[in-house]
Amino acid sequence: MRTRTALAVAAVMTAALTAGCSSAGGTGAGGGDQASGPVSLKFLSLAWQKESIAANKQLVDEWNKANPDTQVEYVQGSWDNVNDQLVTSFEGGDPPDVIHDDSPALAGFASRGYLMDLTGKLPAELKSDIPQPAWDTVTFADGKGGQGVYGVPFLQESQVIIANKKLLDAAKVRIPTPEAPWTWDEYAEISKKLTKDGVFGVAWPLKAPVNKVLNLGLNFGGTFFTTDGTKATVKVGPEEREVLQRIHDQLYKDKSADPSALGMGTADPLPGFYAGKYAMLPAGVYLRQQVVEQAPPGFEWITIPPLKGTTSEQGATSQTLSVAADSAYPDQATKFIAFFLNSTNQAKLAKGDWLLPTSMKAASDPSMTTTENGWDVATASAKDLVVAPYLRVNGFDEWKSKVATPTLQQYFADKITLDQAAETLVAEGNKVLERYNK
Amino acid sequence: MRRPLQYLALLGYVIFLAFPIVWLLSTALKSSREMASLVPTWIPRHPILSNFADAFSEQDLVGSALRSLAVAVACSVLTIVIALPASYAMARHRSLISRFAVGWVLVSQVFPFILIIIPLFMVLRSLGLVNTLPGLTVVHVTFVLPFALWMLQGYVRAVPRELEEAAAVDGAGRIRSLVKIVAPLLAPGVVATALFAFISSWNEFLFALVVLKDPDVATLPLTLVKFTGAEGVVRLGPLAAASLLATIPSLVFFAIIQRRLRSGLMAGAVKG
Repeated sequence: MRTRTALAVAAVMTAALTAGCSSAGGTGAGGGDQASGPVSLKFLSLAWQKESIAANKQLVDEWNKANPDTQVEYVQGSWDNVNDQLVTSFEGGDPPDVIHDDSPALAGFASRGYLMDLTGKLPAELKSDIPQPAWDTVTFADGKGGQGVYGVPFLQESQVIIANKKLLDAAKVRIPTPEAPWTWDEYAEISKKLTKDGVFGVAWPLKAPVNKVLNLGLNFGGTFFTTDGTKATVKVGPEEREVLQRIHDQLYKDKSADPSALGMGTADPLPGFYAGKYAMLPAGVYLRQQVVEQAPPGFEWITIPPLKGTTSEQGATSQTLSVAADSAYPDQATKFIAFFLNSTNQAKLAKGDWLLPTSMKAASDPSMTTTENGWDVATASAKDLVVAPYLRVNGFDEWKSKVATPTLQQYFADKITLDQAAETLVAEGNKVLERYNK
Repeated sequence: MRRPLQYLALLGYVIFLAFPIVWLLSTALKSSREMASLVPTWIPRHPILSNFADAFSEQDLVGSALRSLAVAVACSVLTIVIALPASYAMARHRSLISRFAVGWVLVSQVFPFILIIIPLFMVLRSLGLVNTLPGLTVVHVTFVLPFALWMLQGYVRAVPRELEEAAAVDGAGRIRSLVKIVAPLLAPGVVATALFAFISSWNEFLFALVVLKDPDVATLPLTLVKFTGAEGVVRLGPLAAASLLATIPSLVFFAIIQRRLRSGLMAGAVKG
């Protein structure tokens, strides 16, 4: 009896595995066989919010209905591990045809020849609808001495402040507009004013502080890197120190920021925010979606425009769609991207992800400029986005993980001084970059 | 007095072990709004089922669970089939070569698996095994085998050589003594090793991510990760609902095999 059971299990397993084999049999890289049917493209999407997945799938369906000769297969990936997945796919010569990623990841892939240079391959309408600063976020060295465009930028994120309206009204503070934003000084004063009766003016969730600080650093002209031809070095001068010092002051001098929020991820302070423990949360524009979904009934909140230092500029990266250099059908893949990222579709994708479209036409869509849920403020903030200087730095990822993250965490935890932090960022950082500068 | 304290300690231990499942269930039944409360509740105030509906409607949970099950069971069976004779040989025939083999098995555990992913991917691709469950099974067996060999070798050594010698004196051949004498005594070890192989394969993510590109062949860990977003933001409700469902097949598997494991252990104890 036992033998028979074991044999039955083995038979079922064999059948299941065979089914697994056969189900995958016709879906190799590059997709379909031109001689036997329509071209098949694989589209690796990183959409993860419910509305965003729905928008992505809907657009793929629309394309497939209108283009029976080029069928797109939607493959959902995940931000957590997309780059591991892509590196092995590229190395193994089996990448998806159309790839969703973000601009910082493209530089390395471009220099290794994994992505197709889209220069001159995109329709003029799409090219002119996206402003140059956004294209700058996807223009990289090709590893052979030239430069190319390795993706189409379509979603961007700015840093805004999400605030408890009742607390702001009670403190009688000026509500800023995109035309008249708060300065960092004004913001510090308001944070102090809001700090009373067990409420902190602000919670800075700085579990992953580097990109946030570097993007905001541009408010005072802080670039953190200088480049001399092809060589990059770390720079932490007065401009770079401004934002670091101001956040630190809020935590330990003004005591208007809650130090216990420091170790939190971006969305972690939200329960405290709803409970009135914090009046303001500096965050990416996408966090509005969580607030809409989770805030208790009657909770009033507003989106505060980006702060102004010497400028309102913020470093930006962008979400992108690229074509794999190994794609068997690059022309069809490019056409699909042009359709997928036209202005109407960008508005849908931006709404789904609660981010900002790069398309100027999409940004003027009424749904992107409504006052509801702070869309008007969020969309207006796109004008101050410029290419993040670190995008151009070969070795930034290693500098970020090995040097900048632990150093900034120590600094914000008040374990080292700003001078010590600056010295480490520069000295240790340059050691890391030296290897990449060769 | 001593017995109630023992029961109390046991109860505490059970509660400790049950905590993740209870928390998962509680989270799966909460709305996003309730999850965002500053004071977490054990029992959802307004239980909802929409997280389960979302999890099922957005991802192929049942299909991916079945595929994970197929790979994990196949991995367990193949691991045992390969490791059992090999570990017997390693344990019983002590020589320079077998010592070297044992050492190599240990050394192979030292390499970070990320180092071998790309060459492995290329080998699988040349064999036409990328995007297939047999391909992933082969990888999982390769990944589990060294430790399984190490485990089983210990169990084989624990079986006294004298038992086999006594069987030989009684006229039993090598195969007969292996099947009738050694195998029953090794049963608990085999079951424990199979469990280890099953759990390792069931939870494995990195190799599956690399080998399986097609959504039609995705295993459960690959499907679960789709509920996570950028910057560590997670759709906790559907993820908890999906994770709860994901535990069911392994719980059933454990329930089935537990009795066998227990009886095997008993048998080993008496005969040893």
